[in-house]
Amino acid sequence: MERTTIDLWFGAFVTAGFVALLVLALKVGNLGAERASDTYRVEARFDNIGGLKVRGPVRAAGVLVGRVADIKFDNDRYQAAVTLALDKRYSFPKDTSAAILTSGLLGETYIGLDPGGDDKKLANDDRIQITQSAVVLERLINQFLFSKAQEETPAKAAPGAAPAPTGAGAAH
Amino acid sequence: MSARARLERRNRLRRPIATLGRRVIDGIWRVGVITRFFFLVLASSATSFTRFRLVMREVYFSGVLSLVIIVVSGLFVGMVLGLQGFETLQKYGATESIGVLVALSLVRELGPVVAGLLFASRAGSAITAEIGLMKVTEQLSAMDMMAVSPMARVIAPRFWAGVISMPLLAALFSAMGVFGGYAVAVVMFGVDNGAFWSQMQASVDFRYDVLNGVVKSLVFGFAITVIATFEGYDAPPTAEGVSRATTRTVVSSALTILALDLVLTAFMLRGQG
Repeated sequence: MERTTIDLWFGAFVTAGFVALLVLALKVGNLGAERASDTYRVEARFDNIGGLKVRGPVRAAGVLVGRVADIKFDNDRYQAAVTLALDKRYSFPKDTSAAILTSGLLGETYIGLDPGGDDKKLANDDRIQITQSAVVLERLINQFLFSKAQEETPAKAAPGAAPAPTGAGAAH
Repeated sequence: MSARARLERRNRLRRPIATLGRRVIDGIWRVGVITRFFFLVLASSATSFTRFRLVMREVYFSGVLSLVIIVVSGLFVGMVLGLQGFETLQKYGATESIGVLVALSLVRELGPVVAGLLFASRAGSAITAEIGLMKVTEQLSAMDMMAVSPMARVIAPRFWAGVISMPLLAALFSAMGVFGGYAVAVVMFGVDNGAFWSQMQASVDFRYDVLNGVVKSLVFGFAITVIATFEGYDAPPTAEGVSRATTRTVVSSALTILALDLVLTAFMLRGQG
């Protein structure tokens, strides 16, 4: 077939475009890092997952070991059923516990794994039994105010002793 | 006499309303015609693929010759993002996140949109002017006379060339922008190289961010080339008509890109939530 300069330019242009796409996919995006390693799935149930999102990180000792694959609401137990996709390179004991944590005060929500001492390892479709829910700050403050108000209930009997803010907290 | 004066005054009051109404009806009319034109182009694109050389020639003119402006602006936009982002992130001690900031804003929004705007003004206006001039010099009628469909021979190859070029140009723009941000953040300000790339890779998802950007640029490619070819084909065959059509191409493709971007972003973000 006859070759023209247009062919060369077209080829160069298309190649450059696809190289740019490849750079975006592998160097900028996560295509290279994630698909290279296989994963196994483990389920964990939580009373409250707070701000956890699908694709959120799963860390053990601060190292990224997997990602949240799926979040569902279990309508029999009224709990959140979270599926974790863990990297096959890492294995954890059967009595590993999972907790919903936040990196920093305002950072992203992630799942922290604390390995236990069991000889058996977690396998595909296993369930993590020991879980700790997210700490909801509003609930914590409410509890604090409630307990404060209860401490002061005897004082309330005395006329005009209860301050207004704690009274409002107890009403909650 | 006074009756005539009253009639004139009433007409003067009516005229703006009538003009507004004509504008609106004209706009709706154009939407209808442009849709018909789009399907006509699709129906007559068989030639573009059996004689792919026609498309390649147009890819050279609208894609390859736009490379310089796309690459240089991508580099500059990335550098500016790096500078501005560094300034703000420094206050929170999170300068390593600059890679995330640069990459996400480029891949999701700025890459497709700015590349689309540049493509519309660099290649879209040229397409309109070329087709308009072909119409003025009666080349299109001459083709019709020779039983060569101008739709298949002139319009469709330019249309498909734009559709092919746009995603590639947008990807090049984003990639160059990321390197511009890298140059500013890592080389100039000394942000840690490993943290720059690893944080970027942790936050930029291939499917949600990169592929959605490609989808956006593809849609923009369709919109720009349909508008550009239509304006040229529809231009009144005068010098003024062609100049107006060229202006309209740039203005309406810019508006269309921005409006489509809003719609597409709304869809894509909802899908992700």
